[in-house]
Amino acid sequence: MEIVLVGLNHRTAPVEVRERVSFTVEQARRAAEELRSKGILEETLVLSTCNRSEVYGVPPEASRECAPGLSTFLSEFHSVRMDDLNGSLYHHYDRDAVRHLFRVAAGLDSMMLGEAEILGQVREAYRVAHEQGATGPVLNRLFQGALEVGKRVRSETELGTRPMSVASAGVKLAERIFGKLDERSALVLGAGTISEQVIAQLRDRGIRHLYVMNRSKDRADGLVKQYGGEVLAWGDWERALPVPDIIVSSMAAEEAIVRREIVEQAMQQRSNRALFFMDLGLPRNIDAAVEKLYNVYVYNMDDLTEIVAQNRHARENEIPKADGIVEEHVGKFLSWQASVELVGLVNELRTKMREERAQFIHARVESIKHLTEADRAYVEKMMDELLEGLLLEPAERLRGEKDLRRKIHNVEALRDLFLSNREKP
Amino acid sequence: MHFTLFISTAVAYALSFALYLVFLNTGKALTGRLGTVLLAAGLITHYFALLERSRGLHTVPYHDLYGSMSLFGWLLALTYLGLELYHRQRSVGALVLPFVLVFFVAAHLAPADKLSPPEAHGPSFALHVTLSILAYSAFALSFVLSLVFLGEERLLRHHKLGNVVWRLPPLELLERMSRSSVLVGLISITIGTALGFLWVDRLSNKYSFYDPKYAITLLVLLLYAVYFWLARTTAWRGARASKLCVFNFLIVFLSFTVVNFYLSHSHRYF
Repeated sequence: MEIVLVGLNHRTAPVEVRERVSFTVEQARRAAEELRSKGILEETLVLSTCNRSEVYGVPPEASRECAPGLSTFLSEFHSVRMDDLNGSLYHHYDRDAVRHLFRVAAGLDSMMLGEAEILGQVREAYRVAHEQGATGPVLNRLFQGALEVGKRVRSETELGTRPMSVASAGVKLAERIFGKLDERSALVLGAGTISEQVIAQLRDRGIRHLYVMNRSKDRADGLVKQYGGEVLAWGDWERALPVPDIIVSSMAAEEAIVRREIVEQAMQQRSNRALFFMDLGLPRNIDAAVEKLYNVYVYNMDDLTEIVAQNRHARENEIPKADGIVEEHVGKFLSWQASVELVGLVNELRTKMREERAQFIHARVESIKHLTEADRAYVEKMMDELLEGLLLEPAERLRGEKDLRRKIHNVEALRDLFLSNREKP
Repeated sequence: MHFTLFISTAVAYALSFALYLVFLNTGKALTGRLGTVLLAAGLITHYFALLERSRGLHTVPYHDLYGSMSLFGWLLALTYLGLELYHRQRSVGALVLPFVLVFFVAAHLAPADKLSPPEAHGPSFALHVTLSILAYSAFALSFVLSLVFLGEERLLRHHKLGNVVWRLPPLELLERMSRSSVLVGLISITIGTALGFLWVDRLSNKYSFYDPKYAITLLVLLLYAVYFWLARTTAWRGARASKLCVFNFLIVFLSFTVVNFYLSHSHRYF
């Protein structure tokens, strides 16, 4: 039994190559079907995200030679020249392939360390392949293990808990003040890309009311059309400021747009209910003196960038813990794999010994003429018992071996010593 | 108190504290739930410890330091558990449980039964004592919540988030929890004080109406009522209200200690 993986990701291939080798769901199904029908793989699963395209499989024969075949298949399937893929593709086998998948599911191999989406993508890829019947006992076990690793890493480490973008850090901070945002309102000043990112985050968090104010009304209308909400007339501060709990500003302006006096007035109107500013403009859009007002919280771009950097550092500190979980599950999988192989090996050894015994009896015992049929049967029975005894003891010792590496080595050694002319199961 | 009950309660509270602490650090939901379960277990064994303690008295144990402190610890834990379940927030558990544990253990170590019980007795008097101590424990809880609020608010304002801020409850939730706790305290102290004055009326030939305890209790009631109003409706919401809550508890502390020990004629049961 051997697991093979061929693929490329954001570390090995630029986006121009990645986008040419990516799979839609339909393409993934078709590729899996072709790989099996052409006899390249017995079990197969295609995992394709914006940052990676990987084919996992179990070849019909224990041969590492299938990796080049898989590379060629990828090249032909996507009509990409092999020269363009050379240097981008990686090949992993068995332990390395298992470890790679588990790290992927844990978010350890993602562009944004600890991202949550990848686990859903692994789950979806497995669902598609499983429904298609492209997976078998090995890949089923492997991907169920990967999903378990992903869940454990997310629940037992802080790898995915801290926000990693300025927009998400700002929204998470707002939640530190207000709790759930589904009863809150936000005002977004500006309608650029970063405003859109924050709006998307706010909508994800269920913000109740959204107001957009921009010098160019068309752009604000576009955002409101996409995300919902209401466009306010530019400069109508008296109407705009008292209502929202969160104010996001990312305007291009030479001086502060929101001055202390108007915030002070707004705070009086809102009975000092807390107000949170995300100032993402450069130069700053919010007057520095606003921060001194009671119950007003102001975070500018530098503050949020600093938080993201701290969070990245905190996430990186969690890598050893996450790797520990990955290694634990790699060990479990290999142990299962070794147990399965051991059962197959013992059966093969038993078959071989019986064949040897039959040949031996045929050559030696048949020539002893005075033995009756009953005597011969008795001799055969004794020899069977002897051989079974010889086989049983090492098999039991192997089964009870605690050291996984030793167990795997011993299984391999037994196979090499006694079944060298046979194929692996 | 039966030694087994003491050990079971102390262990349950200590484990609950440890689990709440782990929950605060790691955010693991299962750990938090186990913390709650152990707190509930501690409350049950603590209840039986109180029951055993008060068996001879046929009422709540109030006439010695042990009784008051143990009852205070139990009611503090009970109020916290109620708030935790109501607001679905466990992050404060790690900050409340040490108080519960200290009161419980200190109560056990304190000398008991050294003083004769007061002349007042009966269910209404027991209710007066229980409700008053419940009010004190609710105010203590709001004190802890306000301290957490002030700490977290300071960190947020100064942009020093560290690891803890992401684990603490949102500021607004802390405020709501504190207000809920004060509301419990206000209702309890109002009814408890009214029942107390009934007893003063009955025993007026012995107790003075001008006991400082009465004045300070009315002051506490007034201060918390002011806090409750300010924290909900006016410009004081936020850190100012929390500071007032902390100040109020200092008065409660004075009432429970200095006034009871040295100034009161009718509450010197310690």
